[in-house]
Amino acid sequence: MSKPLEIEVNGKLRAVKYPADTPLLYVLRDELGFTGTKYGCGEGQCGACTVLLGGAPRRSCQIPVSAAAGRPVTTIEGLEKNGKLHPVQQAFLDAGAFQCAYCTSGMIMSSVGLLKNNPRPTREDIVQNLQGNICRCGTHPRIVDAVLNAAKVISGPRQ
Amino acid sequence: MSRRAAFLPSEPDRFEFSERPIHQFELARRDFFRLLGAGIAIFSVSKDIFAAQETAPQSKSFHKEDLPENISAWLHIGEDGNVTGFTGKAEIGQNIRTSLAQTIADELRVPFESVRMITGDTSLTPFDAGTFGSRSTPSMTPQLRRAACAGRQLLITEAARKWDVPVAGLNAADGKITDPASGRSLRYSELAQGKTLAQVMPAEDPTTPAAQWTIAGKEIPKVNARSFVTGAHQYTPDMTLPGMLHGKVLRPPSFGATVTSYDDSAAKSNPQAILVRDGDFIGAAAPTVHEAAEALSAVKVQWKEVPQISNREIFSYLKQNGVVVPDKPNPVKEGSLSDGYARAKHRLDASYTVEYIAHAPLEPRAAVAQLADGKLTVWTGTQRPFAVRDELAAVFHIPESDVRVIVPDMGSAYGGKHTSDAALEATRLARAAKHPVKVVWTREEEFTWAYFRPAGLIEIKSAIDEAGKLSAWEFDNYHAGLSGIETPYVVANQRAAYFAVPLVLRSGSYRGLAATANHFARETHIDALARLAQIDPLEFRLNNLSNERHRAVLQAAAKSFGWPVKKARAGQGFGLAIGNEKGSYVATCAEIFVDPGSDAVKVVRVVEAFECGAIVNPDGLRNQVVGAIIQGLGGALFEAIEFENGRIGNPHFASYRVPRFRDVPQIEAILLDRKDIIPAGAGETPIMAIAPAIGNAIFDATGKRLNRLPLAPKGAKV
Repeated sequence: MSKPLEIEVNGKLRAVKYPADTPLLYVLRDELGFTGTKYGCGEGQCGACTVLLGGAPRRSCQIPVSAAAGRPVTTIEGLEKNGKLHPVQQAFLDAGAFQCAYCTSGMIMSSVGLLKNNPRPTREDIVQNLQGNICRCGTHPRIVDAVLNAAKVISGPRQ
Repeated sequence: MSRRAAFLPSEPDRFEFSERPIHQFELARRDFFRLLGAGIAIFSVSKDIFAAQETAPQSKSFHKEDLPENISAWLHIGEDGNVTGFTGKAEIGQNIRTSLAQTIADELRVPFESVRMITGDTSLTPFDAGTFGSRSTPSMTPQLRRAACAGRQLLITEAARKWDVPVAGLNAADGKITDPASGRSLRYSELAQGKTLAQVMPAEDPTTPAAQWTIAGKEIPKVNARSFVTGAHQYTPDMTLPGMLHGKVLRPPSFGATVTSYDDSAAKSNPQAILVRDGDFIGAAAPTVHEAAEALSAVKVQWKEVPQISNREIFSYLKQNGVVVPDKPNPVKEGSLSDGYARAKHRLDASYTVEYIAHAPLEPRAAVAQLADGKLTVWTGTQRPFAVRDELAAVFHIPESDVRVIVPDMGSAYGGKHTSDAALEATRLARAAKHPVKVVWTREEEFTWAYFRPAGLIEIKSAIDEAGKLSAWEFDNYHAGLSGIETPYVVANQRAAYFAVPLVLRSGSYRGLAATANHFARETHIDALARLAQIDPLEFRLNNLSNERHRAVLQAAAKSFGWPVKKARAGQGFGLAIGNEKGSYVATCAEIFVDPGSDAVKVVRVVEAFECGAIVNPDGLRNQVVGAIIQGLGGALFEAIEFENGRIGNPHFASYRVPRFRDVPQIEAILLDRKDIIPAGAGETPIMAIAPAIGNAIFDATGKRLNRLPLAPKGAKV
């Protein structure tokens, strides 16, 4: 019998019983209870299921759980540290960058991924990076502002 | 009622046609206090709750005297001083959990933080027809204010009795009653201590005018916002119950297909998967979604399909099949059209079309159903929890009192979640599985098996006189619906008619209902008339518009936009449009750029002025207004459902384009605060003028008049 699959989610190793080809999204939500990661389309088109995989933003509906073995997964639940929100979460909160907020987890995870790569993004960088994330309520301008504000907190003002 | 009846497609503007259910509030007083603990409860009684919840043109057909006395809102002041407000409305992203709590805090004179709202729960909240028609603010705000006002007066009376002083000198502020003469004060918590005091208050209590609001009118952030940025909030698809199974439904290959043969012998390999066949309903429940899907994929079914028309022939179908509904005569008939045409300097006739579009809420339809001890509890994202309860009771032959529907704060709806589909499916599977079952629709199901904003055809005939005034106006609407059919312009000789058409695709409400189609046609036509008369479109509108609220939004938007704007380069265009519906007013100016090579249309800048009476929460309102502009870009420019023979051709976000970050222009929202006017809703009207403003700007840029929505799915080609 092969070794049972284990994946690291939010800093902790967890055994996975679902079949290895199950999309990571369903393992996170239905098996491990990380329901902050949302199902929006299951087709990699809306970004609601975005998580960090090995530090990079990925659509968890498009990745078999086996591909997460050995690469740490961070979900929205893993951003808050010791009761303190991640600067991107705080910036979304401060900007009121949501209405129904169903897209918010994916927007925040995509933005955290962007800022890891590009700590001082321009407005255009943000638009380009969030182009794959759908917000149906039309809160886009506040989301872009929130990411710009988070970048300032993380990296200081642009020179 | 048969099971199928519940699945019948809805009518356009469904709620406007819906039958009025008659329910009495049945929660006994002692049950109420057992549920909430001791304290003071205030019930607001509204005689015309149903009429109040219907949209204006249809409410005329109800006889108010027939309506039962009904509890329409209530609030509870607990022994700990915390206040709970109850409404049958649902939080769908429009921010009522915050704005209604502001209203209660304001009127009851308590800190905002001490108020919480219970929403959309058929066992805890008063009956409500549904969260639609921009009714949450106008129907709930006055009722909760009256309840809070009565609560405040009751607390003053209690304090006066305790102190043995006249009521007149006492003040209520900051959760306390104070006697300025002696300096004494009592907290609400102290006054509520040990009480089980219930008061039904009269419908007309003097409440605080908007000019004196202290908590309402302020930019208070969304109350439970933190739970959304941490992922902690549980929408329906996120819920889990002990022993819960996941359900899937086998969808027919096309609309209206029926089962002719069924063989599930190969599907029974997984003993944990439960299969259900009930007429044309075929579903499975299993420990995981994928097991349920696997079980269904092993079922062999043959279907009988029926031929159906396609989107290519829809508009001729609408024209040929429209009939005037006998009990809905022409909504407008005034003056003499022949007199109007006799005075014509210019005449213009044109027809306009709008395609079917999808709501595509990011949270798909979902429900969790639990049957225990003969009682059914369903958590589901719906705009009509009480209607869902009634359908569940009827379909499953359970007394209404044993059915409870709870709506967790929802991942949006836009008019798309009036029906019970997922709730019925989850319950059918839960009954068979003898376990709780969760059903979450896939995106493809959402795009296919929900319902659509109907397609429509609108024909306008018109004339303007020597002075540039409208002298004749004829407006025929096929299938799009009645909302916003009446012109806001002054025209002595006019006629408007609505022609119903049998449904082609399952159709129903959408943000703004038919008003979006009617405003697109009217405002495009008005622009064309202005051009014909060689009058500036702003001047032409002001010349034909008398309503001061309408003029005010138009002037505010035009001023901030800098109308008329001088063109700086080829391909640039400027357009404007106005709209009014449900007691609020909008004017939208748009700048667009048409790429001379590709004909691609880019919306560059939008200025929109909006007025809905006294503003309850400017931050929430701005979010709604900007959101409506952005959502409206999709229907304006590129959204359209493709269909043929009962199949949807583009049931994915990859093929059904919705607005994304790159589509978003620079947006300025101007909010006019009319403290002298009772607040109206803001969910819909802000979406109504964006499409014609863009279309008129495309004409300004190219000289091409586009009389269709979407305007430019493949660029600005005629």
